[in-house]
Amino acid sequence: MAFALTQSQTIGPFFNAVLRPDAWSDLVGPGAQGTVIQLEGRVIDGQGAPVTDATVEIWQANAAGRYDHPEDTQDKPLDPAFHGFGRAPTDPEGRFRFRTVLPGPVPGLGNVLQAPHVNVSVFARGLLNRVVTRIYFAGNALNDTDPVLSALSEAERTTLLANPAGGGVWQLDIILQGEGETVFFEV
Amino acid sequence: MTILPGYRPQAPGTHPPLDFPGYASTAARAPRRKPIQLDHTLSEITGPRLPNAVAAADGLDLTHHAGGEAVGQRIIVAGRVLDEDGRPVPNTVVEVWQANAAGRYTHAGDQHDAPLDPYFDGAGRVFTDADGAYRFLTIKPGAYCWRNHPNAWRPQHIHFSLFGPGFATRLITQMYFAGDPLIPLDPMVASIPDPAARGRLIAEFDLGLTEPEFALGYRWDIVLRGRAQTPMEI
Repeated sequence: MAFALTQSQTIGPFFNAVLRPDAWSDLVGPGAQGTVIQLEGRVIDGQGAPVTDATVEIWQANAAGRYDHPEDTQDKPLDPAFHGFGRAPTDPEGRFRFRTVLPGPVPGLGNVLQAPHVNVSVFARGLLNRVVTRIYFAGNALNDTDPVLSALSEAERTTLLANPAGGGVWQLDIILQGEGETVFFEV
Repeated sequence: MTILPGYRPQAPGTHPPLDFPGYASTAARAPRRKPIQLDHTLSEITGPRLPNAVAAADGLDLTHHAGGEAVGQRIIVAGRVLDEDGRPVPNTVVEVWQANAAGRYTHAGDQHDAPLDPYFDGAGRVFTDADGAYRFLTIKPGAYCWRNHPNAWRPQHIHFSLFGPGFATRLITQMYFAGDPLIPLDPMVASIPDPAARGRLIAEFDLGLTEPEFALGYRWDIVLRGRAQTPMEI
């Protein structure tokens, strides 16, 4: 290894300056394929308080299950109206909101299909590095055979499953610490 | 199908621990459980690519804003974004944000008693070129006071946000300035376990980059994760 990695430092409290104008929480371009949803939740700290200065980023496949990236060479359509990256600041209630589409399934290792999921990074003051999690969708038939979900206990799985709240809204809180702590991943 | 290999695992201690008592805000926010290691799939190997339109077409200049010129020491910050094999990371976005010359951020959340500069916004984006090189013009930020501990001052720093080629290569960090006496006192810097690694966050003054009668030059390279060696079958 020729070069040593640059270390992470916290995003701090003021990143939202870069977000202006805040237009990246809507991932859905005109005519995008698939089911449009609102994906929302709160970021909560170890004392049950909302984290009001977090930045949440998502990265996901399109409705057909293909990532808009040169290394995804699956024989599935790209969608010119959907790239798959979103970024949202949390509001005074700790809430993030994205307008996106339900992702399709993407392949995992060893010819296994992964259940539809959204890859999530959370950045905030007090986090010296990002924390990474995934959001899955409760009730999806592929959840039972998903290699990541299958390796978790029922209680752990629950922390990754967004639930439908009607009107196309899917909700999941991200709990950074303590009771009901979200399962985080090292990627 | 065969996909390119995932990214190299990050050895423990590469990044600061999430739970670091010297930085008080970690206490209620750091997860208590260890993260679960994920094998890299398309979800981690692919990643967002921001369109070039999010950056200024003619280079990033933070010294002019709202029709006026910011006060403070003009500096040129330049360097390269590389991976662990020393390969350049081309056409990747570099997002930067910082305090003004008085040490205050242009942000409603920063109300400490230092002047705002109406001509300094302090945030912008630039893309690396084909050699992974980036460069921007700004004002040297002032030290920023905070309430982490009594008489706490952050060293002068510029925040950097990088994406790299995949979800796994995302990095947010901070660049410091060589010779700043606040660096050894800073809990953020101290959170990095390896003393040698702390030094890699410090930009060096570079006379070659300095432009006569205009701006001082500071050079800082950033290293993102490299690829693992073996392609994967999926």
